[in-house]
Amino acid sequence: MTNTWMDIKNANVILVMGGNAAEAHPVGFKWVVEAKAHNKAKLIVVDPRFTRTASVADYYAPIRSGTDIAFLNGVIRYILEKGQVQHEYVKAYTNASFIVREDFKFEDGLFSGYNEKEHKYDKTSWAYELDDKGMAKVDETLQNPRCVINLLKHHVERYTPEMVSSITGTPQKQFLEICEMLAATSAPDRTLTSLYALGWTQHSIGAQNIRALAMLQLLLGNIGMPGGGVNALRGHSNIQGLSDLGLMSDLLPGYMTMPKDEDLDRATYLDKRTPKLLRPGQMNYFANYPKFFVSLMKAWYGPAATKDNDFAYDWMPKLDKVYDGLRVFDLMHEGKINGYFCQGFNPLASFPNKNKLSESLSKLKYLVVMDPLATETSEFWKNHGESNDVDASKIQTEVFRLPTTLFAEEEGSLVNSSRWLQWHWKGADAPGECRTDVAIMSDLFLKLREMYKKEGGAFPDPILNLHWPYHDAEEATPEELAKEYNGKALADIMDPNDKTKVLIKAGQQLSSFAQLADDGTTSCGTWIFCGSWTEAGNQMARRDTADPSGLGIAPNWAWAWPANRRILYNRASCDPSGKPWDAKRKLIGWDGTKWGGYDVPDFKADIPPGDAMNPFIMTNEGVGRLFALDKMAEGPFPEHYEPFENPLGTNPLHPKVVSNPAARVFDKDREHFGTNAEFPYVGTTYRLTEHFHFWTKHSKINASLQPEQFVEVGEALAQEKGIANGDRVIVRSKRGYIKAVAVVTKRIKALDVAGKRVHQIGVPIHWGFTGAARQGFLANTLTPFVGDANTQTPEFKSFLVNIEKDTDGKVPAVPEATASATMKTADAGDVDLGRRGWLFGRKRKEEV
Amino acid sequence: MALQSLDIWRRSATTTPSPQQREPIEVAKLIDVTKCIGCKACQSACQEWNDVREEIGVNVGTYQNPHDLTANSWTLMRFAEIEENGNLEWLIRKDGCMHCADPGCLKACPSPGAIIQYKNGIVDFAEENCIGCGYCIKGCPFNIPRLSEKDNKVYKCTLCSDRVSVGLEPACIKACPTQALVFGSKDDMKDHAAERIAELKERGFENAGLYDPQGVGGTHVMYVLHHADKPELYNGLAKDPQINPMVSIWKGITKPLALMAMAGAILGGFFHYIGIGPNEVEEDEEEEKA
Ligand code: SF4
Repeated sequence: MTNTWMDIKNANVILVMGGNAAEAHPVGFKWVVEAKAHNKAKLIVVDPRFTRTASVADYYAPIRSGTDIAFLNGVIRYILEKGQVQHEYVKAYTNASFIVREDFKFEDGLFSGYNEKEHKYDKTSWAYELDDKGMAKVDETLQNPRCVINLLKHHVERYTPEMVSSITGTPQKQFLEICEMLAATSAPDRTLTSLYALGWTQHSIGAQNIRALAMLQLLLGNIGMPGGGVNALRGHSNIQGLSDLGLMSDLLPGYMTMPKDEDLDRATYLDKRTPKLLRPGQMNYFANYPKFFVSLMKAWYGPAATKDNDFAYDWMPKLDKVYDGLRVFDLMHEGKINGYFCQGFNPLASFPNKNKLSESLSKLKYLVVMDPLATETSEFWKNHGESNDVDASKIQTEVFRLPTTLFAEEEGSLVNSSRWLQWHWKGADAPGECRTDVAIMSDLFLKLREMYKKEGGAFPDPILNLHWPYHDAEEATPEELAKEYNGKALADIMDPNDKTKVLIKAGQQLSSFAQLADDGTTSCGTWIFCGSWTEAGNQMARRDTADPSGLGIAPNWAWAWPANRRILYNRASCDPSGKPWDAKRKLIGWDGTKWGGYDVPDFKADIPPGDAMNPFIMTNEGVGRLFALDKMAEGPFPEHYEPFENPLGTNPLHPKVVSNPAARVFDKDREHFGTNAEFPYVGTTYRLTEHFHFWTKHSKINASLQPEQFVEVGEALAQEKGIANGDRVIVRSKRGYIKAVAVVTKRIKALDVAGKRVHQIGVPIHWGFTGAARQGFLANTLTPFVGDANTQTPEFKSFLVNIEKDTDGKVPAVPEATASATMKTADAGDVDLGRRGWLFGRKRKEEV
Repeated sequence: MALQSLDIWRRSATTTPSPQQREPIEVAKLIDVTKCIGCKACQSACQEWNDVREEIGVNVGTYQNPHDLTANSWTLMRFAEIEENGNLEWLIRKDGCMHCADPGCLKACPSPGAIIQYKNGIVDFAEENCIGCGYCIKGCPFNIPRLSEKDNKVYKCTLCSDRVSVGLEPACIKACPTQALVFGSKDDMKDHAAERIAELKERGFENAGLYDPQGVGGTHVMYVLHHADKPELYNGLAKDPQINPMVSIWKGITKPLALMAMAGAILGGFFHYIGIGPNEVEEDEEEEKA
């Protein structure tokens, strides 16, 4: 989130699109309810289904899954045409006036630089015109036709209300009414907040969905404002922490990126990642990249990382390509991966095309599953009847299950959607032989190190030199790790204002990432977490609810990255002269010598209003980008591309470029895409409130609230297909089928799309073949093996299916293990013994 | 404050006078249907606190699970899809005991002390005194109590009388993430409801209003409804609930009977006789479900 959960209460208009906050985030949704009850906020929901969120909304409009960009570009066109933008903000704080290179083009669905063979762009032309000093050229009169704003106007020109309605299926009248409500927030004293989640990310154009909204918010002047922003609602506890710590194959902690094959030394690596200033007088905060990086190397390699060995740069792995989950499973499928460690993750249920995943896992020599629960992945080899119809005697993969503690059985911090690091304490001891993930990983490391020591190996240095300063080498404590993430001084740090004064003594915890150095005198495991555990103690454990501004800031509750800042880009909540755009939303202000206020200013503290420095200090031009330069895979402006499986078979805007031209599709998977002739209906997967992913089906209370797998079918389609409410049905895609109960509903309507009647079918995800709920089919049996071109997030939200009545379907059983063996825990209700009772060990041969 | 007093006001089939010394405040739970997102946190908290576990059921074509109240599910989110003037609404109502001021169940109950009404308004079942005749089910204008197949006793929401007695809010209130559920003195709840209703009217729900039906003397569980003129839209919420007239007739019999002070055999025989009634009700319901 750019803003916070609490901040939602400040919004005037709340757009829930690409998410279903009431369903998937019921606790945070209280702030939406609060905004409605006490700020007269209007709640708008745009979704293929009339959802639980829609049930309490002021306005609902249906949309065809996978067409959000068409909708949002249409809104952008509307506000530009009506002039309902926050003009002063757009002019001062965005790149609207920047001049784009002459050779940048968009034609017939493609931006300039497309390489058809590689499905990739050469992005050279996606750039500003530069002057002889290397600074971007601007035209503050906005007259130059190559100004970003003029190119944008031209780009969205095609998204007329007629076209939007024809692509999205949203009735034109409703589309226009929503445009009007959103446009009204261009007033400086009104804000729009946007709440989205996987309904936007899980598309082959997912990242561009969010781009489109971010651009709209910039145009409306809602970024940096209390009650505004672009707010990603994270779907797992601590999934924000996962990305913060860089647990993606191509990321390092704090959103730094992994070196690539061609980055032969540290200088090359850093040079490519340290942005050069593009406008005079800007902060260009990422110019500090070398400080973040060297401090990370000091945290990882300690004394072994020295100036002489390039701070251990050679020990870093270098990527030849990105090893995202889809790629890894594809490699596995090709027999190129021997072993797989699966930690807190149930990939058999969580990546697309379950049958392919199951085949892939079957080709492994070994699989290690570290999890508190008996996941489907750990039993992929076991026949569970129709819902996992495999022949165990043909699968040679050896499976090790290592039971781990649950979050409530350990201490530590969780990062929530608001970027708050909140410390939590252990609620109960873990049963049986469960161990923490840290203990398991430590054991593994110590064993590997011992083996390397004894036996040598091709390249032992990265393992042998890893810094391991923990009191108990076999299990670092959460405190030790948290302090390491925060970072410490390795030599005395002097006060920059008084060079004779020691600010931080060697060995002490740092208090800000501004103290980081690129000469090896500081160590820091995650630069954005710097400040979370200082000499003053554990800031994440703070529990003061006081909120002096009344704007939901509560600065002494836990700790927010970066720098305990609650609302990002908050300098933009004031106009260039330093006055808040809206006096009722005063977050920060200039006191004559420095910036201060209720929130930590997102700006250089001593730069006065009126200076050239602009609020978007993380960019090298200082402003928000309506034109994304080379940051996105498929173009600097969002464009509507159809999902890889779509009901039209074409793209009404450019029939030659139907789907995302920069998306990566593996050859064999293309054969497994269905067509609308065979699979005429749009399928979409999602969560229900009663369950959390594939976990809570192991808990008896949750299972009782939503015991059996179902799909949602609109009344019109049900009638066409002779399906009555409660009938059993089979839903098929090109990749497989699932069986479920049909919930026939008024809440999914057929849509008129480009002259065709399109039906959508809803597929909740929560059932599988282990747990306490009735046995079901993994929903990803249906979904296609393709992801977003930037993030490779799978396209779970839009694919093609067919549906038929299952005339001899039977009520599925409750899995045996749980029916007979449940145990009671204090809070979690009855929990499947399969979860806690399992032992270390291999897949037992006698079970095969 | 005296919210938590559990002084008894009335007991079923009992004439012993109630304590008079204290005058506790009447409590109420307010269910703001317009804020409810149907998350079922309340339903799950109810199972946890009361230490009951619902069976793993089946889906019969609805989000509503289990699909009716049971001896284990004392509260249930009922889902209704309504189309009014072309506008689709998904009305989600938390169903459960209304804790009537004039409780039909208590009036109908022949077993001394099986049903109790506290002075704070909570209507509670003391299962140890329940003889399983099921007459309360007939007496209830909201069709709430459920007879357990396991012990042949009747169960329903207690408004967490055990929690309230020590100054805590009912478990469902604590669990509700949106503050659709609030708890306090009945007067405060009415004030809060009035604010909510004013806000809803501003939003164009002209018929927003409070559901506190006077046919049963008012209730200690009240609803804020967007369509207070049509409570039946909310999965058949009774428009003007009344105690079944049969109960009044029965009351006419029970008093002299009670005064006979347990002429055991006769009474037992009588209870056996009326016990047949509710069993039939159960069968009817099973048919409806099928
Ligand atoms: S907990 Fe609150 S919001 Fe959730 S279903 Fe119950 S009353 Fe509704």
